[in-house]
Amino acid sequence: MKFIDEYRDPEAAAGYARALRRITTRPWILMEVCGGQTHAIVKFGVDELLPPEVTLVHGPGCPVCVTPLELIEKAIEIASAPGVIFCSFGDMLRVPGRTHDLLTVKARGGDVRIVYSPLDAVAIARAHPDRDVVFFAVGFETTAPANAMAVYQAARSGLTNFSMLVSHVLVPPAMEAILASPQRRVQGFLAAGHVCTVMGYTEYEPLVAKYGAPIVVTGFEPLDILQGVYMCVKQLEEGRAEVENQYVRAVRRGGNVAAQQLVREVFRVVPRKWRGVGEIPQSGLALAGPYEAFDAELRFGIAGHTADEPTECCSGQIMQGLMKPHDCPAFGRRCTPDHPLGATMVSSEGACAAYYRYRRLQVPLQEARVVTRGN
Amino acid sequence: MCLAIPGRILTIEAGDPVLRSGRVDFAGVIKHVNLSYVPDARVGDFVLVHVGFAISTVDEAEARQVFDYLAGMGELAELEDGETP
Repeated sequence: MKFIDEYRDPEAAAGYARALRRITTRPWILMEVCGGQTHAIVKFGVDELLPPEVTLVHGPGCPVCVTPLELIEKAIEIASAPGVIFCSFGDMLRVPGRTHDLLTVKARGGDVRIVYSPLDAVAIARAHPDRDVVFFAVGFETTAPANAMAVYQAARSGLTNFSMLVSHVLVPPAMEAILASPQRRVQGFLAAGHVCTVMGYTEYEPLVAKYGAPIVVTGFEPLDILQGVYMCVKQLEEGRAEVENQYVRAVRRGGNVAAQQLVREVFRVVPRKWRGVGEIPQSGLALAGPYEAFDAELRFGIAGHTADEPTECCSGQIMQGLMKPHDCPAFGRRCTPDHPLGATMVSSEGACAAYYRYRRLQVPLQEARVVTRGN
Repeated sequence: MCLAIPGRILTIEAGDPVLRSGRVDFAGVIKHVNLSYVPDARVGDFVLVHVGFAISTVDEAEARQVFDYLAGMGELAELEDGETP
């Protein structure tokens, strides 16, 4: 497939691996922000091509994973209400709530539908004027323009049976939370390329100036990630901290202005709770005043509901780069994709699910070592 | 979640800018895509598509940059000379 296959060329990957080995003299910890990058890194074994000094830790870049428990509970409550058609991206259906998930609601007879695009949910609302159609709007800046357009089109066509449960999160405030943490290990970032296609990368310039950590806007294919790592390590080795753009074929400095305009029209910036991390100021989107009629929380009267997160899951530590999935005692044992303790094991882009899928053999190996020592 | 796939625009339906859409070819799989956020994109252009929306045009001139950068470090040249990695 054009613009995908060529960026998986093994010889070019080996070239980047050699170049990285040449310039790396000290240990460095980099964080890739986006779950799509995490998935690609583990799937293609990109981390295994890096010099031993370079460690990649996996950031909070999976919107499914960071959706707080209380929003899952709200989704379950709305989806269980009579007359509702609840539409969602597929990943959200298996995220565990306190007692069950959206898939269970569907199994018990709830009308829960997986859609590809938020516009599909708008079309369902048009086709079923007698039903309340709710879309679970989850995502980063990449997805916000699509969700904004769904609300905008619904408003323009006077739809009154469509609403959104909004759980939108913004990437730069989460990166700042990691940079500002006293436990910070991360020395440089690979910023999420598709978020930047929409937002550009001017927002990162003050972060680099304030915290002195390089940020390289990076794509999703193995060669993109290797080049992003190379550019980031080169800056660190040379004592520089700048915003650089590896993903030039898709990302412009100012981003997609048309998309930003509609996002600003439909949404407003609000504080948002991140699962496993806690509340981060100015880190989310909610519907702006003129579009509040489309807010499912207001429509169903559940805006004030809260839920505490269980303590057993380590996903917060993993998403802040303080732990790797293997370090969690429950990983691959009490926590699997079939029985996840937390969302990083549910979503295909969650770090734990990616390790479970591609690195599971390391679990029995560790166990085998323990047994050998015990004998 | 932020997965975006490159595809080539086959047709564009003109009219209301908010409803601007078209058919996009993803290596043989053809889907209907909203094109309102890529107002300058033309038939034949490659766009990155996320949840049914084109969010960016792929700059074909910049697409070789990953390889040019590698060649600039002498690594791609070594490959072209037939050296075993």
